[in-house]
Formats: sequence, C-alpha cells, structure tokens
Amino acid sequence: MHFFLVYLVSGIVAGAIYAVTASGLVVTYNTSGVFNFAHGAIGMMAAFAYWALRVPLGWPMIPSVVVVVFVAAPLAGALIERGLIRHLFGAPVASTIGVTLGLMLALVGVATILWNPGDYRAIPTFFSPTKDVSIFGVSVLYNQLVILAAAASVAVGLRLVFYKLRAGVAMRSVVDDPELLALTGASPRRTAQRGWMIGCSLAAAAGVLLATQVTLNITTLTLLVVSAYAAAIFGRLRSVPLTFVGALVLGEIYSFSQSTYIPQWFINDTQLDKTAPMIVLFIALLFLPQGRLRTAGQVPAMRMPVASLRTSVVGGVVLMAGALVISAFLSQSNLLYASEGVALAIVMLSLVLLTGYAGQISGCQLAFAGLGAFAMGKVLGGASPLGLVAAFVLAAAAGALVALPAIRLQGLYLALATLAFGAAMDYAFFESPNSFGYGGSLLVGRARFFGNNFASNRSFLVLVAAIFAVCSIAVLAIRRSRFGRRLVALNDSPAACVTLGIGIGRTKLIVFALSAGLAGLGGALYGGVSGQVSAGDFPVLLSLTLLLLATVWGIRSTSGVLLAGFAFVLLPLIPHVSSLIYLATGLGAITISRNPEGILGETITRISVLTTRLAGRNQPQNPIAFEAVSNSTEAAPAGHRAPIEPAVTIEPAVTIEPAVTIEPRAPGA
Amino acid sequence: MTENQRGGPVLTVEGVGLRYGGLVALRGVDMTVHRGHVDGLIGPNGAGKTSLFNVITGLTRPTEGQVFLEGHDITRHSPTRRARLGIARTFQRLELFSSLTVRENVQVAEEAPRGVGRRGAQSAEALVTEQLERTGLISVASARVDTLPTGTARIVELARALATEPRVLLLDEPASGLDPQETMALARVVESLAAEGLAVLLVEHDVDLVMRTCSTLTVLDRGRVIASGAPDAVQKMAIVQEAYLGSVADDANGNGDGTDAPAESAASNEAGR
Repeated sequence: MHFFLVYLVSGIVAGAIYAVTASGLVVTYNTSGVFNFAHGAIGMMAAFAYWALRVPLGWPMIPSVVVVVFVAAPLAGALIERGLIRHLFGAPVASTIGVTLGLMLALVGVATILWNPGDYRAIPTFFSPTKDVSIFGVSVLYNQLVILAAAASVAVGLRLVFYKLRAGVAMRSVVDDPELLALTGASPRRTAQRGWMIGCSLAAAAGVLLATQVTLNITTLTLLVVSAYAAAIFGRLRSVPLTFVGALVLGEIYSFSQSTYIPQWFINDTQLDKTAPMIVLFIALLFLPQGRLRTAGQVPAMRMPVASLRTSVVGGVVLMAGALVISAFLSQSNLLYASEGVALAIVMLSLVLLTGYAGQISGCQLAFAGLGAFAMGKVLGGASPLGLVAAFVLAAAAGALVALPAIRLQGLYLALATLAFGAAMDYAFFESPNSFGYGGSLLVGRARFFGNNFASNRSFLVLVAAIFAVCSIAVLAIRRSRFGRRLVALNDSPAACVTLGIGIGRTKLIVFALSAGLAGLGGALYGGVSGQVSAGDFPVLLSLTLLLLATVWGIRSTSGVLLAGFAFVLLPLIPHVSSLIYLATGLGAITISRNPEGILGETITRISVLTTRLAGRNQPQNPIAFEAVSNSTEAAPAGHRAPIEPAVTIEPAVTIEPAVTIEPRAPGA
Repeated sequence: MTENQRGGPVLTVEGVGLRYGGLVALRGVDMTVHRGHVDGLIGPNGAGKTSLFNVITGLTRPTEGQVFLEGHDITRHSPTRRARLGIARTFQRLELFSSLTVRENVQVAEEAPRGVGRRGAQSAEALVTEQLERTGLISVASARVDTLPTGTARIVELARALATEPRVLLLDEPASGLDPQETMALARVVESLAAEGLAVLLVEHDVDLVMRTCSTLTVLDRGRVIASGAPDAVQKMAIVQEAYLGSVADDANGNGDGTDAPAESAASNEAGR
C-alpha cells in the first residue's frame, strides 16, 4: 500500500507537468488553429536557458524563472506568431505541420550548437532536495509541491482568463469562427498572438519544472512533451479541463509503468515508462472522433509534370553513369558518404509515394528503414539478395500494421500517430537489448548480386545508385498508373474520391505498405554502408529530419529526394558546425513549406520563367480556351468567374442567409 | 433504357431531417427524382440544398428519415457504396483533382470500382473520350484543371461524374460561372442525358436553365419543402415569391448585377460547414 501511494504521488507530479505543457498546446491550437510541434522544443530551450542563468551565471531562482517564463517565452511566442504563424492563415495542414516541425528542428539545432550535448548538466531543485513533508506517510519533496502548485495556478489562471477576460472569451471563439469574431471587434490576429504568448510561457514553465526532475538532454526534453500531446488529445485539443484529466491519467501511467507491479525485465526491455505514453497517444488518436472528410487539398496541388517512362529511364542511366565516373575520383570515406546519401534517398523515395503523391504525412519512415536493416542483418547476415526481399516484406508488413488502425486519421492526427509509433519503436524496439544486444550492434552485410559481393566501396556505391534508379523508375511508373492517379486524387479531394466510389481505406493501406517496404529496402542498404547498425541509428527525430529535408528539396520528385540525400551527408562535412543539419533543415522547412515543390521545383519554375522571358515571349495569360468561351468576346482570366453573369437569377442577391437556420425563427425578423 | 421505364422514381427521399445540435439544416424533406427527367431543387442560399445533396450521397448522415435508391433503403450505406450503386454528383465548391489533367480527372472516375453489372460494354478509353466530347472538353483534355476558368472547371466535374456511368446525377449549381452561351450548351447536355434515361437532380439559380430543363421543381426554404410541382405553377406560387423576399422584382429592376459576391460568400459558408 505504501508503495502504491508513492507511485500515485509521483504520477500526480508527472501529470502536473504534462498538464502545464499540454494546456499550453491547447491554447495555441485554439487561438491560431496551428498545432505547435515545436512546443516541446520551446520547453527544452527554456529549460536550457534557465540552466544557463542559474548555473554558469549563478542567478538566484526567482529572477531566473521570471526572465525565462514570464519575459523571454512570451516574447518568443509573440515573435513566432508574428513571423511564422500569421502567414499560415488558411494554409493547408501540411504547410502548418512543415513550419512547426521545422521550427522544432531549428530549435534543436540551435540548442545543439549552444550547449554541447555531451556535457552533463543538472539544475538545482527549487528548495533543498531533501526538504519534504509527509502526506499519508509518503514523503513529498518541496520541489514536487512547487510543481503541483504551479499546475494548480495554471488551471485557475486559464479558467480566469478564458471566462472572465474579454480577450479570453475571444480566444475561445477564434478557431470556431474567425470571421464572426472579427465582427465583434476583436482581432483574430491579436488573439492568436496572445494565445501563442501564453502557450510558449506554459511550454517554458513545463520545461523549467521538468528540468528539475531529469538531467538536461535536448532530445529527451523535446520528445518528452510528445507524451503531453496525448493529454491534449484527451481534451480533443479543445478542452483545458479534460486535458488536465488526461495529463493526470498519463502521469499515473508513466509512474506505474516503472513500478514494482510490472516485471523489471519487461520494463528494461521495452523502456515501458517512455513507451507507454506513446502507445496511449496512438490509442487516444484512434478514439478521437473524426471530423468530416476534408475537402480542400492537403498538400497543395502539384505543378511539375510527371516524368515519362523514357525520361525516367534516361535519368536512371545518367545517374548510374555518373556514379561510375565520379566514384573513380572519390576517397574511400567519401564513397561511403555518397552511398549513405543515396541509401537515405531511397528511404525518402518512400515519402514521395506517401506524402508527395498521396498527401499522407508520416513521422516514422526511419523506423521502417530500421526494420529493413534489422531484417537484412538477420537473413544470412545480409549476404543474400533475399535479405533485401525480407527487408521490404517486414517493413511493408509493419507499415500495413500501423496503417490499419490509422486509416481513418487525416492530416495532423495521422502525423501525430506516426510520430507516436516512431517514438515507441525507438524505445521499445531499437533500444531494446533483444534487437541489437545491450548497447551493441547488428552486422548488416552487402547483398551478393551476379556473383559480386560488392566488398569494394566503389562497386557498392554503383549498386546503391542502380537500386535507387530502379526504385525511382518504379515510383514514377506507379504515379503514371491507375493507382498513382488515385493517390493524387486522394490527396486533392478525399470527398470527391468517396463520391466516385473509390475506397479511401484500401488505397491508403496499400500506399502505406508500399512506402514502408521501400523505406525498409533503403534501410537495408543503409546498413550495408558501414556494415552494421546499432540502437541509435534510427531515432524518430531523424525520421522528421528526413521528412523535412525531402520537403525542402522537393518531396514530389525523385530527383528532389536524391538531392536531399546528398544534402544530408554533405552538410555535416562543413567544419566546426557538425550539427548544422537540424538547424539548416529546420530553417529550410520554415522557409519553403508554402511551396510543395521544394527547392528543385522552385528552381525549375524560375528557370522556365527566365527562358520564356529570354525568348521574348510573354507568359500566356490563358492558354486554355473552353470552346464556348472562345466564342465570347473576351476569355475569362484563369481562376476568375466569367465576366458575363446569367441574365436573370431568382437568387436574393443581397441577403446573406446563415448556413443553417436556427429553429425558432420569426419570419421576416 | 427502354421508354416505358421513363418517369419512374429512381431516388426517393422520405422525411429527411438533419440537425447539428440546436441548428436545423433539414426538416421532413420528401422528394423524388425520376428516371429520364430533370428534377429541379431551388431555394435561397442556406435553404439546405447542399445539405440534402450531402445526405443523398452519404457525406452526411441524416438525423431522421430515409433515402431509397430504386426501392432499396440506402440510408446506412457509405458514400463509396452509394457511388458504386450509381449515384454521382458535382460540388458547388469545386472538388476537382486539381493536380491532374482534365482527362486524368475523368479517368480516375472511370476507373473507380462499380457495383455488379454497372460497367457498360464500352472500353475505358472510349468512355472517357465520349464524356470529354459530350461536354466539349476534348480540346482542353491535357490541361491541368487548376489552370481552367471556374466555369470550365465545373464542366470537368460534370464529365467526371458522368464517367462513373451513374443512374442518378446530382448537379450542384453547374451553371454558375458560365456565360449564357456556355449555359445553353450545358442545358443541351443535361437534356440529352435525361433523354438517355438518366435521372438528374439539378440545383441551380439560373431561372432560364431551370425553367427550360426541369420537369418538376421542389422549393426548399430554411430546411423545409415549401412548394413542389410543375415549374410554371411553382414559379407563380406566392409562398415561393415570399421565400425569395421579392428579389425577383429586384432582379427585374437590374439590381442583381454586381451584388452576387456576398450571396456567393454565404453559399461557400454553407459548403464549409
């Protein structure tokens, strides 16, 4: 009984921290309509800033808290809203996910540069670490009391703000109907800005509170907040009270998942304390009632034409020839870097299918790649092409398994569910001693083809390039096929798909499995580069990096992801800034998320505009003329209504009717 | 389709009601769509026309009432299943596959699965081409739809719906954005579809088009059917004139021009709900 109470109290404390951060997430989402994936990273930055003030600078506690939580964080929130979020109004969900994920990576990048991840840092607790009070025989530290008090004051404070202040009432209504809110005289922008200030402040508060409980670690702090996402989902991203309930439930799950009630070996093998919140998040998402089918395009409509079979085959041949020639001039280590880049490009090809074409956002592709490498290593140590088949099959099966429950999720919720799956895989599979052995690694060989075992790094690069070429040609062939058209249709308008008789679920399931299989294949080859893989090779943060990197370079094109692969291996080669990859990718994603074609598409568009201009031709205003339009005196400019209105309409032209009528309504009122 | 089947009911809506909390979008709506006819559905913005379309196609589940297709209750069917049984629609707020070409849009529809016995003898290629020719889109077949003017894009939705070889076709304001000549071309297409035995339900604000093509007219106001019958008779009913708040007279005075924008924004609100 005593131990039960101890776990109960520690669960309440964990829940209190979750509640503070999750309610911040709910506030930002409700006031701006943007789910802040960077919420955890903001908390992480705050925790490090607090440490920097307290330990190296030796500031006392109270001024440090005031500066971090009540000055710096709200200021950062206001700036983020002004600089990034405001421009996302009306943007597709994919863009908002890209921008906030980019912000998260950029913050992780900044933190890595400022604070060397190798150093040990701990923050002094509030009050002495030994001061405690006894409640029902359970010793509760003063520090824990501070955390509980903070959560309680957040609860009371938010309640007061939302229900007593005019500005708070506006905050509650802004997402539901920003136009209506504008009519009342409140500004949706100012309301969103206030929401972000409060949200960031709460993220910072949670970061500071959390930092007194754990040693400071950039990744852990950034991702621990993913657990808090589950609490926010409990409140359906709307209700702060329900979020608090969810946070407490999660805190207890977290606490009891490391209790003596569960066999120690199971906790060790699966890191249950870290995995459980992810599983809860995944399950909570499944039970979230889904809104109506999205009707506007998720990933904005594509602009670049699809390469024909001929073009893609020529491209593949050029790539292989290039690999043959260039590889002759590369050092052994550069050959390995190049192979790694191309192998990761194969992993990102899976995102072309899944995200670029079908508009489904996955935050766990690297987990599939890791499964592929695992299968490759387990089948004859990777010496056989059968290993590549096994890699594809195992990863595809895992992909289908994730997709099966996640099929009904759209947009943001799918991104969250895959993120939860990726994180859970990290802790429960890749870091488990059963997979790679305690802190060990798994040997992954290079497949033997045509009697060649590709032992030389040069021949291996050519092999990987050839497989990339074949996979690209296949991906493009899929895009041109009936199934490919259906994928694009699914992205452009799910509502139209179902009213044409296209089963969305089956299409999603197949594309998920195919894409995961492709990622698995890439992972198997990735393992062959260094000949081994280990637990830390497939972190979920890297999954997100690959997702954003592909987005930055052009997630809809096979050449785009090849460039992304090279960028991934080239960036760390720049001296003195080893962790530039997070910062650069993050900033890139923030900048370019509005253009779905990425750098590649942007460049091609610019060049074609330039060549058109050089050729002295004007851009055709309206290249298409509907035959009846061409009969009329003037063709309507694209995207606008035809200038000539129907002669007589029986529609009341001026009255704006409400979309649905309220039942008791006096006629003519 | 034989001549003696013409005029029989294909789609029947019985006592359909739709509520969102305290808001009533539809109340006790009865309506029939007949084989080989164009049945018109009119009403002011916000009357519930698009809501009724959503109920018929299954995108929204009604809180009461039933929908029958050729005598079978399809109220609990998914939208996909209804589409495979032969219900096709266009959208007031365009729902095109904007990154595909005009031909690909029609192809996707042609390739969608259908119910048993619902695929004609025509080859896929021929069917797609036929729809493009019939709707006058063949000259823009390889253009991406997001480069088209809105009016033309609406016609792509029509061609796409036709490519599923439907039994019932629901058209949600197909003529908005078209000039008078295009509207006449559209009217001819709709009439020929009905002549071939298709049952068409038309939501439209263009009086000429409605009066010319429809054999019955149902008027919806604030979620209720306030009148139905032959178009000429319905048009003269006082209750219908009232529902439109005398706007017919306003339009006759020439006040209708240029004031269309607010009405349209209200309409897009309706679709957004």
